[in-house]
Amino acid sequence: MFKIVKRRVLTPVTKLYEVEAPLVAAKAQPGQFVVVRVNETGERIPLTVAATDPKRGTVTIVIQEVGKTSSLLGRLEAGQAILDFAGPLGKPAPLLDSGHVVVIGGGFGVAPILPIAKALKERGVKVTGIVGARTKDLLILLDELRESCTDVLTCTDDGSSGTKGLVTDVLKEQLIDQGVPIDQVIAIGPMVMMRAVAETTRPFNLKTLVSLDPIMVDGTGMCGACRCTVEGKTKFACVDGPIFDAHKVDFNEAVRRGKMYAAEQKLAFDRYKAEVAN
Amino acid sequence: MPIKPRTPMPAQEAEARRRNFNEVALGYGEEEAKAEAARCLQCKDAPCQKGCPVGVQIKDFIKAAKTGDWATAYDKIKETNSLPAICGRVCPQEEQCEKVCLLGKKGQPEAIGRLERFAADMAMKRGVKVQKPDDGAPGRGHKVAIVGSGPSGLTAAGDLAKLGYDVTVYEALHAPGGVLIYGIPEFRLPKAIVAEEVNLLKQLGVKLETDVIVGQTVTVDELFDKGFEAVFLGTGAGLPKFMGAPGENLNGIYSANEYLTRTNLMKAYKFPEYDTPIKSGKRVAVVGAGNVAMDSVRSALRHGADEAFVVYRRTEKEMTARAEEFEHAIEEGVKFHFLTNPVKFIGDENGWVKGMEVQKMDLGEPDASGRARPVPVPNSNYTIDCDTVVIALGTSPNPLVSSTTPGLKTKEWGGLIVEEETGKTTKDGVYAGGDAVTGSATVILAMGAGKKAAQAIHEYIQAKK
Ligand SMILES: Cc1cc2nc3c(=O)[nH]c(=O)nc-3n(C[C@H](O)[C@H](O)[C@H](O)COP(=O)(O)OP(=O)(O)OC[C@H]3O[C@@H](n4cnc5c(N)ncnc54)[C@H](O)[C@@H]3O)c2cc1C
Ligand SMILES: Cc1cc2nc3c(=O)[nH]c(=O)nc-3n(C[C@H](O)[C@H](O)[C@H](O)COP(=O)(O)OP(=O)(O)OC[C@H]3O[C@@H](n4cnc5c(N)ncnc54)[C@H](O)[C@@H]3O)c2cc1C
Ligand code: SF4
Ligand code: SF4
Ligand code: FES
Repeated sequence: MFKIVKRRVLTPVTKLYEVEAPLVAAKAQPGQFVVVRVNETGERIPLTVAATDPKRGTVTIVIQEVGKTSSLLGRLEAGQAILDFAGPLGKPAPLLDSGHVVVIGGGFGVAPILPIAKALKERGVKVTGIVGARTKDLLILLDELRESCTDVLTCTDDGSSGTKGLVTDVLKEQLIDQGVPIDQVIAIGPMVMMRAVAETTRPFNLKTLVSLDPIMVDGTGMCGACRCTVEGKTKFACVDGPIFDAHKVDFNEAVRRGKMYAAEQKLAFDRYKAEVAN
Repeated sequence: MPIKPRTPMPAQEAEARRRNFNEVALGYGEEEAKAEAARCLQCKDAPCQKGCPVGVQIKDFIKAAKTGDWATAYDKIKETNSLPAICGRVCPQEEQCEKVCLLGKKGQPEAIGRLERFAADMAMKRGVKVQKPDDGAPGRGHKVAIVGSGPSGLTAAGDLAKLGYDVTVYEALHAPGGVLIYGIPEFRLPKAIVAEEVNLLKQLGVKLETDVIVGQTVTVDELFDKGFEAVFLGTGAGLPKFMGAPGENLNGIYSANEYLTRTNLMKAYKFPEYDTPIKSGKRVAVVGAGNVAMDSVRSALRHGADEAFVVYRRTEKEMTARAEEFEHAIEEGVKFHFLTNPVKFIGDENGWVKGMEVQKMDLGEPDASGRARPVPVPNSNYTIDCDTVVIALGTSPNPLVSSTTPGLKTKEWGGLIVEEETGKTTKDGVYAGGDAVTGSATVILAMGAGKKAAQAIHEYIQAKK
């Protein structure tokens, strides 16, 4: 059992947890993830490590409630425990030593870019963060992001914070089109956003990394549930990734495979909501 | 005098069992077990024992069984076999002990596995008492780490704990047992039995740390830093092979590992009571013909397939599955397409598999494995409809440990290099056994390797003192 030492509500459906997991805390690098299981009948779901505190032995995760398991997690309070918390898994993010990196986060994706931005900044890299959400209240972890980046640009669908528009608009109009030199872009968030970023940077041959989030079971290379096609070759996202060259990822396949259990996910979530309502 | 036929083992009727996950073979009752024991000739040189990879004292245990002294029978078996309730169920007996049984020369061999199972089940029912090593045991004060909780790791852990060692088992998954828990289905090996074996180990003082992926969470070198004096690697061969055929990443195509892990470890057959789903359709094709393929195709029926079939490029003769599994599969209505090899998977407009293009094969000269090499028949391609595919073409060792442990050498295909007799690897203090060394093999071989390595680790640590 892994004890939750702190819980923070970031939005009504986004929760931050600090979890006691000393072995993971001692090891996790930016870009790596853990696999958690909430209870005995629960499924195993992957979550990115958002921060670690090796001294206290804690690992920070940010969870966006999109279905049953994430909602079960989101209900846990400080003092309660998560049944299984295994990691760190996957390869650490490759980090440049100099230059300018743009990190882009959407949805829960803001959390995983935090440790990457922080590590890059510590190495002396200039880091621009771009984060977007539907509206101002859904922009999460802005203070932490400002601390970890050299500069942060925000955007919202309704214009309530920063630019009115999408993260790709900000990237193109405020950086690329202005001739700002960029050495690398790292985008983490919903698949549609990562694909849009890939298409934005492709014409400029701008090196872009994304963190794929396919369906996983073990997270150790044992099952192949997480397979994706990169440069025409099958890769296991949990051991070969999850970070890949965005211009080489077959996003159509990734999106399609992500929907494999849509009907079952809906059934489980509906049942869960009915149970909670009663 | 004509030899009496084997005492049949009661089993669930094929029609009922093909739709449930309960154990198929129900096991002997005491009278049946005694009747079967009575058949044994108590041969002077007991050839059966040479057929058993760990040399179970078959003659002596059956001698006790003849008189109904099941406690003695169990103790005899336990002297060399740590997991009799499991081996009695899943050993390929017909290839091992029972193959060389003298009774088999004139009629049907003694049902050694079934008796082993009965003796072990009886013992568990009675309650096995664990004898903790005393304070003066030679292993006291010495720590050993076991990586992986499959049959090799569990056996090594048990043997070392009995010698007094302070043993910790590290397991990557959330539950111990290795293939016994995530691969072999409930209907062949009830998970409660595996849990019971693990329980006995805990009572012996073995510590179990799940959710620890050695190579990621801690490295082997860090285990030594933590004060472990020796490490046993029983990490198995868990990496699934795919075919590399076009369309293999379509929705609805699984590796057998994923299909079985969802089913067994995650209990997808109880969805939505359990949260992990599985998409097992009405026409399920399983590619391959080993135990893993049989387990997959029989699971497919239980998940509700109208038709579940095996596609295999060789013939029935070259199949590696146990005879009993093959027979059970046929009884349950599994179909076999022999001399048939998929070359391409075909998807519908939503990217779900709807069929596969296959090619007919002929058998040619034997290949490196000694089995006839399948040769494609030109212009023989045709399509088979299916809505789920399970690829069961074997597995290889996961490189997570070898790639993070300096000094640990592997063969080209990933198998750890060890000294045959001791399991000693190329790194001092590190031992290995089971599928991590041999590639996919059997439970009893993994167990035997765990035993040998435990002895070698004991000698290694005692010599250092
Ligand atoms: C390497 C990796 C890192 C991840 N890190 C985080 C993280 O830090 N925080 C976080 O909140 N989530 C993260 N995810 C996604 C998270 O694992 C899923 O959101 C979770 O499994 C959903 O489970 P559920 O039962 O709540 O929802 P489900 O019932 O499984 O799904 C509900 C809905 O969410 C969609 N969905 C399911 N899985 C995903 C997915 N992987 N990505 C996007 N949409 C999905 C489904 O299409 C469905 O519409 C990560 C995934 C991966 C592979
Ligand atoms: C579906 C199926 C059916 C089978 N049927 C039979 C049968 O009927 N009869 C028979 O005799 N044999 C059968 N086998 C083969 C048999 O199960 C294996 O040979 C045996 O389990 C190997 O034991 P092992 O201890 O070497 O490894 P495994 O049983 O593979 O256990 C390895 C364990 O190590 C863990 N692990 C791996 N890497 C790490 C790491 N880095 N850190 C921590 N833990 C790690 C794994 O999660 C796993 O739990 C079958 C195999 C399969 C897959
Ligand atoms: S362990 Fe297996 S091979 Fe050995 S006697 Fe028992 S059933 Fe036969
Ligand atoms: S060979 Fe067969 S009959 Fe002879 S002792 Fe062994 S089990 Fe009994
Ligand atoms: S999640 Fe199983 S191999 Fe990646």
